[in-house]
Amino acid sequence: MAEFWHDYIWPTLWIVIKIVAIILPILVAVAYLTFAERKIIGGMHRRKGPNVVGPFGLLQPLADGLKLFLKETVLPTRANPVVFFIAPMLTFSLALVAWAVIPFGDGLVLADINVGVLYLFAISSLGVYGIMMAGWASNSKYAFLGGLRSAAQMVSYEVSMGFIIITVLLCVGSLNLTEIVNAQKTVWFVIPLLPMAVIFFISTVAETNRHPFDLPEAEAELVGGFNVEYSAMPFALFFLGEYANMILMSGMTTVLFLGGWLPPFDIVPFTWIPGPVWFVLKISFLLFVFIWLRAAFPRYRYDQLMRLGWKVFLPISLAAVVIVGGVVVAFDIQSVLGAKG
Amino acid sequence: MIEALVFYMFAFITVASGVMVISARNPVHSVLFLILTFFNSAGLFVLLGAEFLAMILVIVYVGAVAVLFLFVVMMLDINFVELRQGFLQYLPLGGVIGLVLLIEIVVALGGMNIDAEAAAGGAAPTPANLTNTEALGQLIYTHYIYLFQAAGLILLVAMIGAIVLTHRRRPGVRRQRIFDQVTRDPKECIELRKIEPGKGI
Repeated sequence: MAEFWHDYIWPTLWIVIKIVAIILPILVAVAYLTFAERKIIGGMHRRKGPNVVGPFGLLQPLADGLKLFLKETVLPTRANPVVFFIAPMLTFSLALVAWAVIPFGDGLVLADINVGVLYLFAISSLGVYGIMMAGWASNSKYAFLGGLRSAAQMVSYEVSMGFIIITVLLCVGSLNLTEIVNAQKTVWFVIPLLPMAVIFFISTVAETNRHPFDLPEAEAELVGGFNVEYSAMPFALFFLGEYANMILMSGMTTVLFLGGWLPPFDIVPFTWIPGPVWFVLKISFLLFVFIWLRAAFPRYRYDQLMRLGWKVFLPISLAAVVIVGGVVVAFDIQSVLGAKG
Repeated sequence: MIEALVFYMFAFITVASGVMVISARNPVHSVLFLILTFFNSAGLFVLLGAEFLAMILVIVYVGAVAVLFLFVVMMLDINFVELRQGFLQYLPLGGVIGLVLLIEIVVALGGMNIDAEAAAGGAAPTPANLTNTEALGQLIYTHYIYLFQAAGLILLVAMIGAIVLTHRRRPGVRRQRIFDQVTRDPKECIELRKIEPGKGI
């Protein structure tokens, strides 16, 4: 019995504890990201934002969550019930499982797998299913149009994201996220690969269906997009999934381009601050940019969105793979960065 | 023990959802079950230690191919009753094809088990000091680079062919030329005029 405990139960329990330790802070961060968004956009519009519930409105996310709990879950007639309810669960759980491979600090990672980048890319490319299933299962024109738009949009931007990830991998020589961060000790990849970093960030904005690329839920033309028919908790799951995806994409950009948990300079006052704090600070900065974009830009027209993805980003990133590959081989960059190769 | 359990779970779901792909009444459900099949096969690849193949399977098939497939199937307007009628008609033919494939797999794998010489011709295991990503990369990009390039060229030709066949330039369509818009000189397009009250231009 003791052996059984030692071999099976305890490792399982330990993993569950670690998973909870990752998911809980993310859920809290998601809740307060919605609050931060309203506050920041409020500030940019010279309004106050939510300020009634609790001090400075700090309890607003809890009140919103409670409200969504108490609302009625509506199932439209002629909707496809199983797919209708699987869709929000899928969106939300996909936004969470991807965190398994994100390194928060040196060695602070749930699963340090060899193909970490591919795993992240695979999970983020699955996100489109939640939206498409929601759009189809609702049996409503607006939701369906939203789902179709989102499918086309996410597939388009994934292509250039993939190529940009390849440029980073060429510099590192490994698919492991911890090694990608360690390869940035000399210089963060955002500096040598600056155009790629910008394109990658814009692609992540499109990938998460955020402004100015939020065509799938364009409220002016599609009422509310793929989630029109959802109410109460299923809607909350979509909402949380979208924000969790924003945090995830910021984390991905941080790991690939902003040096993960590494401090900006490897000297004393910066190295006093522990790695995970740097990681969170960088993610927060990117999230601020996400919200800033929402306040600053009008929504793209759909054909412009497609043009940007296929005719601008794809050729540039394709060329970048060739150029970066050539430079890496010609100047033997991988050995300079201390990566294995 | 746990590995065996996980294997049977993935294998069972793969087979079960594979059966559901052809037996589901609604084509969209069929595609969703197909995606589940892909996903569980990726799980089987991970158990085999082929994590690179597993991730590529998810990225390429689940993340791109099946999305477009689902896209098309969702937009089809299908009469389900009519669709079901052909099922029994095509069942014998499909069964025969399935049987042929099964026999071929048995012959190929069974031959390896019986004959040592045939087994030696099979795939070599991944070298122990390499991850399977590196092993695959060496095979494709170092040992078989010319064949790989040839395959790539064929695909490129196929892609260009598909574009040429389907693309037609219709006359009279007004397109947005962003370069023209950006390079326009404000002095030539905007004229400021002083309009006195009570008079037109």
